[in-house]
Amino acid sequence: MRSSDTGPNVLKRTHHLAIIGVGILTLVLLNLPEPVEARVKSAIGAAFLPLFGLRAAADSVVDRAAYQALPRSTLVDHLLRLERENAELRVAALQTTDLLGENQRLRTAIGAAPRGPWRPKLARVVGREPTTWWRTLQINLGSRDGLAADQVVVSGSGLVGRVSQAGLTHSRVALVGDAECGVSVVVHETRDLGIIKPGQTLSGDGGLVELTLMQNCPGIMAGQTVTTSGLGGVFPAGLPVGTIVDTRNDGGNVFTTARVRLTANLNRLEEVWVLQP
Amino acid sequence: MNRSTLLFLALAVWLSAFAQTQFASLRDLLSVPVALGPSLVCYAALTQGPGAAIGLAVLGALLSDALSSAPLGSGIPAPFLLALTLHLQRHLILRDQRFAQFWIGFGAGVGVPLLTLATLAMTRAQPVTGAFTLLQLLGLGLVNGVACPVLFALFDLLHRAFDYRPLASTTFRPDRETVRGRQFRPR
Repeated sequence: MRSSDTGPNVLKRTHHLAIIGVGILTLVLLNLPEPVEARVKSAIGAAFLPLFGLRAAADSVVDRAAYQALPRSTLVDHLLRLERENAELRVAALQTTDLLGENQRLRTAIGAAPRGPWRPKLARVVGREPTTWWRTLQINLGSRDGLAADQVVVSGSGLVGRVSQAGLTHSRVALVGDAECGVSVVVHETRDLGIIKPGQTLSGDGGLVELTLMQNCPGIMAGQTVTTSGLGGVFPAGLPVGTIVDTRNDGGNVFTTARVRLTANLNRLEEVWVLQP
Repeated sequence: MNRSTLLFLALAVWLSAFAQTQFASLRDLLSVPVALGPSLVCYAALTQGPGAAIGLAVLGALLSDALSSAPLGSGIPAPFLLALTLHLQRHLILRDQRFAQFWIGFGAGVGVPLLTLATLAMTRAQPVTGAFTLLQLLGLGLVNGVACPVLFALFDLLHRAFDYRPLASTTFRPDRETVRGRQFRPR
């Protein structure tokens, strides 16, 4: 089983060739233009399609088995609760449609760009970032499903991130707190503006991110809610982001930094919504 | 080097790159992904030829980069250097000893991500790191330290199951056989 040893001269030549070859390959790959790099990544990532398919099939079997194991009374209870929620949501949707129409009319009257309703598309989380220093996840929708880079991703409880790379069948989502997902936010109670920057907390808790406010804001305190500001052009205004946990003044009291607990639990996501324009 | 072991290793590299993105619960528990790439490179470097070891290191890095947000190619230098160094020093390493396998795996688990971070520092990428990264590196070291002896045992088992055994040579030589005639009568 062990490899047979070859002469030292031959080995040296092989090693030199390997070093040169791998060095050139690395330099070429690192200097690829971004669109080409995305295509190459997508092509290599296609090697995992059978495994993603297997995983989806396994998930489906497990889900069905779980439903089979549930007693009928529990399922009926769930059904009744969902029907009630559905009825309530229909009424709320009627009211929202009316408000949206009014909002559009007012925006047209003042000459502001119209804000159309979102078309949410449900996606399943099929993988997470393989390393520890990025915050991304993979979803099972791609460009063939109409996904494109920079589309906003939310969960039922709040902002998740944005599509950073859309492949044909799968897409990568940069989560809030990743270097590729800076978010302009506003503190709901005080209307102070800030930016959520990439960073890691001491505890490594992925649910906590750092918010840097534009100035020293003495009114900021724990418990206040943070939503997207709409600035920057990627994220629409008003999406819930998180709640302030604590604050400190940095840079000689020039600006305030706050730790924010995200409303969406990024470690436990199974399904997300991609908001399409 | 033999083909079946190489095939199993390539399959393991492919599966381990995918496994790095899965097992969310275990990942939350350990605070690190189940990244067995460094251990596989160690095994390949200590038991296979230089071409196979380096090829597997590059393949694993490319597969991992394809699923990651990292720039493509940034994951190549670290496992390549590991494969090359271990292969060059394989005569000095007690590769059949479990404790040696653990420490090789541990060193690779810490060293490969550390070198990858160093590579990333030379690119435009902005990895999210902090003090907790040190603990994560330690966690990756432990995962690979534990995995390395297991992988050695598993691949040795696969090798015994699927490969031809070397022909055992005997000391018997027909030309040295004692010819016994009628004169010889045992008492």
